[in-house]
Amino acid sequence: MKKVLIIGATSAIAQHCAQLWARRGDELYLVARNQELLKTIASDLKAKGAAETHIHHMDLNEIDNHFAMLKKAEETLSDIDTVLIAHGTLSNQKICEQSVVQTIAEMQTNALSIISLLTHIANLFEIKRSGTIAVISSVAGDRGRKSNYVYGSSKAMITSFTSGLRQRLNKANVAVVTIKPGFVNTPMTATLKKGLLWVKPEFVSAKIVKAIDQRKDEVYIPSLWWLIMTIIKIIPENIFKRINI
Amino acid sequence: MKIHGWGRYPKIDATLFYPKDQSECINYIKKNSFIPRGSGKSYGDSANAENVLQSLCLNQLIKFDKINGVIICQSGITFRDLISIIVPEGWFFHVTPGTSNITIGGAVAADVHGKNHHKKGSFSNYVLSIDMILGSGDFVSVTRDNLPDLFYATCGGMGLTGFIFSATIQLKRITSGKIFQSTKIFKSLEEICESFEKFSAANYSVAWLDTLATGKDFGRSVLFIGEHSDDENLSMNKFKSLNLPIKLGSFMINKHTMKIFNKIYYKKNSINKENKYLIDINNFFYPLDTIKNWNLIYGNSGFIQYQFVIPKNNSVSNLKKILKKINDHNQFSTLAVLKLLGKSNDNYLSFPMEGLTLALDFKLSNSIIKLIKFLDEMIVDMNGKIYLAKDALMSENTFKKTYSKWKKFQAVRIKYHANDKFVSSQSKRLGLL
Repeated sequence: MKKVLIIGATSAIAQHCAQLWARRGDELYLVARNQELLKTIASDLKAKGAAETHIHHMDLNEIDNHFAMLKKAEETLSDIDTVLIAHGTLSNQKICEQSVVQTIAEMQTNALSIISLLTHIANLFEIKRSGTIAVISSVAGDRGRKSNYVYGSSKAMITSFTSGLRQRLNKANVAVVTIKPGFVNTPMTATLKKGLLWVKPEFVSAKIVKAIDQRKDEVYIPSLWWLIMTIIKIIPENIFKRINI
Repeated sequence: MKIHGWGRYPKIDATLFYPKDQSECINYIKKNSFIPRGSGKSYGDSANAENVLQSLCLNQLIKFDKINGVIICQSGITFRDLISIIVPEGWFFHVTPGTSNITIGGAVAADVHGKNHHKKGSFSNYVLSIDMILGSGDFVSVTRDNLPDLFYATCGGMGLTGFIFSATIQLKRITSGKIFQSTKIFKSLEEICESFEKFSAANYSVAWLDTLATGKDFGRSVLFIGEHSDDENLSMNKFKSLNLPIKLGSFMINKHTMKIFNKIYYKKNSINKENKYLIDINNFFYPLDTIKNWNLIYGNSGFIQYQFVIPKNNSVSNLKKILKKINDHNQFSTLAVLKLLGKSNDNYLSFPMEGLTLALDFKLSNSIIKLIKFLDEMIVDMNGKIYLAKDALMSENTFKKTYSKWKKFQAVRIKYHANDKFVSSQSKRLGLL
């Protein structure tokens, strides 16, 4: 039985990961803002086989409370094997372009709050010399594009930060898994027209759980995105600035 | 955004809302006039409206009592999701329809039936209680004893009485993930109808009918009988489903190709006159679920699944009249499924009643719409009725003549502040105002 801390537990991807862990009989500590939803998710996971579920509701933008939350989780679970950080918002690029306040708010949620969590978790795990930290970044972080560079650059920060953290914690036997999903089809987008690259959260979560089991470094989901982003990354800036992708 | 039912007709421009919890539902319900929608698998327009409350995010299992086989779940969870949880523990649904992609909320609202209706009745017979949100925003728990009028109106009530938030359902014990299936062929309508009576002890029975065969082949059919295996092995095959580029094949659907297809299908089943084999529970109940988008086979225009039930008296001669009418109009049904239904329940709008039910698939066209008007009249004369979960065309007049408890139903809607809140394209068409 593993002890898993899930931060942003109400997100579609996190919920599906939690279900897979529940079916294995793991013990889960769920953190998110919506208390009512957390309660139903917790009972759902319990019914599906989780050894135990604990809920902790907090606004993850309140960085000052991160350390207390982690201490509480560690105390409740008695030890943490795996952390999944899955919270975030899909920024509205057009609004952000016109609003500094909104842009900074997106950076706060999608990057700074995660970096705060990672800093604390890294220190805890480095001392006990074990554990796996998985963070959901995005393919959007690989190169800034005009259609979503606010979201993209916040994810770029996560990708860079976890890359450095992975190097630092390698000696301490702590794995850092950077997860880069592409387009994910959640119930919210169920009726939108989908291209070939859209995948279901069930698919993404199965890959995430596997990547965590295997202590992978960086995973693109589906893996075809690795190829796509590699090509996008090598386009010279001089050409990139003129094209629509 | 344009939405439609499984038959892809009719379509409507709708605004969709996906609540994540009870308070979001209550806020929405207080402010809007709308229809709840689950997976959108009802064929016609029963989940169509300008405002739609999509229940798909409300998909949590609240409690699973593995000892007594009782589940409490939110309305947006699908049969597919539940099967993977309950079957390995030795439980199954008492009643399941022919697709696992529908939600529990939809199953209650349409009071769906399956291949065992003659033995077990319909889905709502195993619903122990429903937690629902009324038009006033009040949250109530409804059972056969508590607010019974609302219970009997909500089961089979097409989402028109309130929003089904969660439900408690009694499951059935199984000891195997397999079904023992046998097939038998019959050469005439008389024979197949008699066979339903003859095999009425069987738990599951349903027949495929070749409606394109004429002359001496008229009425040829294949009966499928199923029983739960008792091999003590609860494992299931991993469920796989695919999207196929099936629209490309829609030109293949015409009278000649279907005639050939039906002939091959019948011959294939008649090679061994008595065929018995063990098949996976998913393959037995949900054969079409493996192709996620099979409804696209009829192309962009969509299709109508026309399902009616007629009383047992004179059912064979009445069935012949209906098939003749279709033929006289030079139309054809691509797929026809025949089944004997058992006794009706106490719900106000549930479809099943004792008699024969036939489901026919028609590729949509103006002439089909015209034909269905004639068929509706015939069904009224035969004291039958048409299934609301598949209906897209029935007139107010036909509905009110065939659903005898509609006034009682409407009175419940008014009593619980539902009539101006829970409104679908279908309820407007049927004059439930």
